[in-house]
Amino acid sequence: MPREFVISGLRLFWSTAIMNEGFSEAPQRLVEDKKDTILSMTNETTKMSVKVWRGDKSSGSYQTFEVPRQENQTVLDVVTWIQQTQDPNLSYRFACRVGMCGSCAMMVNGAPRWTCRTHVNKVLDGDTLEVAPLRNLPVIKDLVADMDPFFDKWVDAGGHHAPSASRYDDMPKISSDEPERAEANKSIECINCAVCYAACDTVAQNPDYLGPAALQRAWTLLNDKKVDDHDAVLEKVSGKGGCHNCHSQGSCTLYCPNGLDPMRAIAGLKSATIKRALKRGG
Amino acid sequence: MDLRLYIAQRVSAMVMIPLVFAHLGVMIYAIQGGVSAGEILSRTQGSVFWFLFYGVFVVSVSVHGAIGLRTILSETFRFRSLTLDAIMWTFGLVSIFMGARAVSAVTWL
Ligand code: SF4
Ligand code: SF4
Ligand code: FES
Repeated sequence: MPREFVISGLRLFWSTAIMNEGFSEAPQRLVEDKKDTILSMTNETTKMSVKVWRGDKSSGSYQTFEVPRQENQTVLDVVTWIQQTQDPNLSYRFACRVGMCGSCAMMVNGAPRWTCRTHVNKVLDGDTLEVAPLRNLPVIKDLVADMDPFFDKWVDAGGHHAPSASRYDDMPKISSDEPERAEANKSIECINCAVCYAACDTVAQNPDYLGPAALQRAWTLLNDKKVDDHDAVLEKVSGKGGCHNCHSQGSCTLYCPNGLDPMRAIAGLKSATIKRALKRGG
Repeated sequence: MDLRLYIAQRVSAMVMIPLVFAHLGVMIYAIQGGVSAGEILSRTQGSVFWFLFYGVFVVSVSVHGAIGLRTILSETFRFRSLTLDAIMWTFGLVSIFMGARAVSAVTWL
């Protein structure tokens, strides 16, 4: 665990370093490589027209850029090309560039996508691309959405660490074959990218709704033996903004870039809350 | 929507499913060859069965419709909590009242 932590820390440091020219020798080399790539991109003749959202939380509009097409090119490459060769003021967010950190999600031609792993080929509409900040979240600037409401709801749904044992207690032994563990495993690869949150129409229409990612997190806790108070988990997802608002139309599941199924997790929460209510009534 | 409303809406839906089919089936069956108000009343008046059948139907439709309306007003028109509850209760109670009047009119002796 600490090792993974260090590795992900390093990864974050690495990508920040790339943005900081002359920070140290290795990142400097990378910057040079990147410049070469950018130059070779400029030599390409085919272009596409990329509309990029510019503005802040109060107002904004689309600005169009002509961007050279490349055979292998992600949406994040396109945004980076614009920022590095056309307008250094363009704000956007990324870190890992390999689909692990969940920081690069944006609306691409109207659909939420992780831009670092979305190939232009797959989403280009004719020769146009429209890139905007994630839906259902306030805009900070340009392509940067304010993730606070998303993470606040994560906490509201009980998705923070609630210790139930001390260091003197034994670690519970959990076999990976246990049905609860197998169920939790289906949902734990969430990278917090908020793609599902942006895809969810219920979030759009009901500001209280906790949303697919936070509820899915609650589902993993409910299936986790190390969490003592399962009643508290169910209580948290049964309120005004809870799992019962979900319409089960499955946009979250359709768009989750990691292939997770929050809709199913929420269905699990719904039936668990009903079972608990019936037990209490009886 | 919270857990209570969710349960009320799902339970009323489950009750309604067989009743809707029976209602449609009986209508199609009874109407063959034409039917008059008098004929209908002669079958329903004084019938405990039809009283219970449509009584339960009216209650579940009212519960289901009122909660559904609340969701639409909340999600599509962004009404606030208090207004929502007021409209839900009014709509539900008025539906029950009107339904109960109709049921008693055709099943009472
Ligand atoms: S299934 Fe539920 S959580 Fe997923 S997008 Fe639809 S309403 Fe949102
Ligand atoms: S469930 Fe999928 S789409 Fe939603 S935040 Fe997690 S990884 Fe992203
Ligand atoms: S940059 Fe990390 S997931 Fe895209």
